[in-house]
Amino acid sequence: MNIRRTQMVLTAVGMVILGTMEVYAPSVADTTDSTKITVKDFMFNPTPLTVKAGSTVTWTNMDDEPHTVVSDTGLFKSGGMDTNESFSFKFDKPGTYHFTCSIHPRMVGTIVVQ
Amino acid sequence: MSDDHSLLSRRNALKCLAYGGAGTLFALSGGVFTPIDLAMAAGDKMGAAKLGKPLFVQISDTHIGFNKEANPDVAGTLAQTIDIVNGMYDRPSLIIHTGDITHLSKAAEFDLAQQLFTRLRTTEMHTVPGEHDTTDATVTEYFNRFGKASINKGYYSFDHAGVHFIGLINVLQFKPGGLGTLGEEQLAWVADDLKGRSASTPIVVFAHMPLWTIYEPWGWGTGDADQLLNQLRRFGSVTVLNGHIHQIVQKVEGNMTFHTARSTSYPQPVAGVGSGPGPLKVPADQLAAMLGITSVSVVKHPSALALTDTALA
Repeated sequence: MNIRRTQMVLTAVGMVILGTMEVYAPSVADTTDSTKITVKDFMFNPTPLTVKAGSTVTWTNMDDEPHTVVSDTGLFKSGGMDTNESFSFKFDKPGTYHFTCSIHPRMVGTIVVQ
Repeated sequence: MSDDHSLLSRRNALKCLAYGGAGTLFALSGGVFTPIDLAMAAGDKMGAAKLGKPLFVQISDTHIGFNKEANPDVAGTLAQTIDIVNGMYDRPSLIIHTGDITHLSKAAEFDLAQQLFTRLRTTEMHTVPGEHDTTDATVTEYFNRFGKASINKGYYSFDHAGVHFIGLINVLQFKPGGLGTLGEEQLAWVADDLKGRSASTPIVVFAHMPLWTIYEPWGWGTGDADQLLNQLRRFGSVTVLNGHIHQIVQKVEGNMTFHTARSTSYPQPVAGVGSGPGPLKVPADQLAAMLGITSVSVVKHPSALALTDTALA
């Protein structure tokens, strides 16, 4: 019982830390941050992006033109992201995830979750 | 334009004419464009009478909600556009909007657009959505307001003044890395819609993205458009209208005339210039000349339509 309770507390702490990280993530995309994808000049960068299972990936639009992030399998779909707006999705399971911008379908990207 | 000229024009299998500037006027006779005098754009009543009654006006890419440097006041330029339409000599009763009504599919943007449209002094308005109108997951905002004509399918047809109009949706089934798509279901519906229709019926097809490939690297085209165009080839007069690329590009192929309209919001670069098809920033005093509408008139009923592009300035 006690062990289970400790696990729950730890999980809760983990979630709080994750949440905090999202809140304090800088709004300007930083290419050295391994969970961030910049959308600029009609391209996703970097792609492919490799992250660990459980990571939350954030896309930030730096263009004057809106973009979207839509999973090929329907797993995730952002609304239209205006300039400087972001969209985040948490990847729980390992695998390869392809996505596109539904407004500009030539824009494609891939996330590899390990 | 004389009858002889029309007959000669009809025999021309393929002609490419291009690029109307502000107020350039093209008469379409049996599917072939012939540039004629600037008339309607200048409000010349005699010229306008020669052209016949305007059949409809095409408005496109109003992008309500856009507020960046390329045009911080898209509501203002739409209002100017509406003034031009309302002030037209022999104002047509039909307006067609070829999509990207809003910039981000937001309810407030649609509400503002609708509010502005109510000032149009016309009796009928038809729309098709652009990809900017469908970025919400279920296309709810667009269909709630403009879905009635198509029963929330996005494609439908209607008749107006002896012309058969077909509105199509090519912004929902993007293939990654590809162009717009009509899809099997919609193509089958078109076949059914055209079945038994006389080849002498003038046809106007309108969609948001171009129905011919203008520039594939930027997705300026529709992947399965050929399956649509093949169904239209037997008709004597086919006019295919689009928006999406915020500039005029046109071509004539047999009896088919293809034309993309200007935007009322902001210009976009010419194909392949720059990193992508985003808003093009131009000096403020040049903006109005790059925005505008297309009006379509019946020249020689029922088989001849004329297209006129009018800039805001």
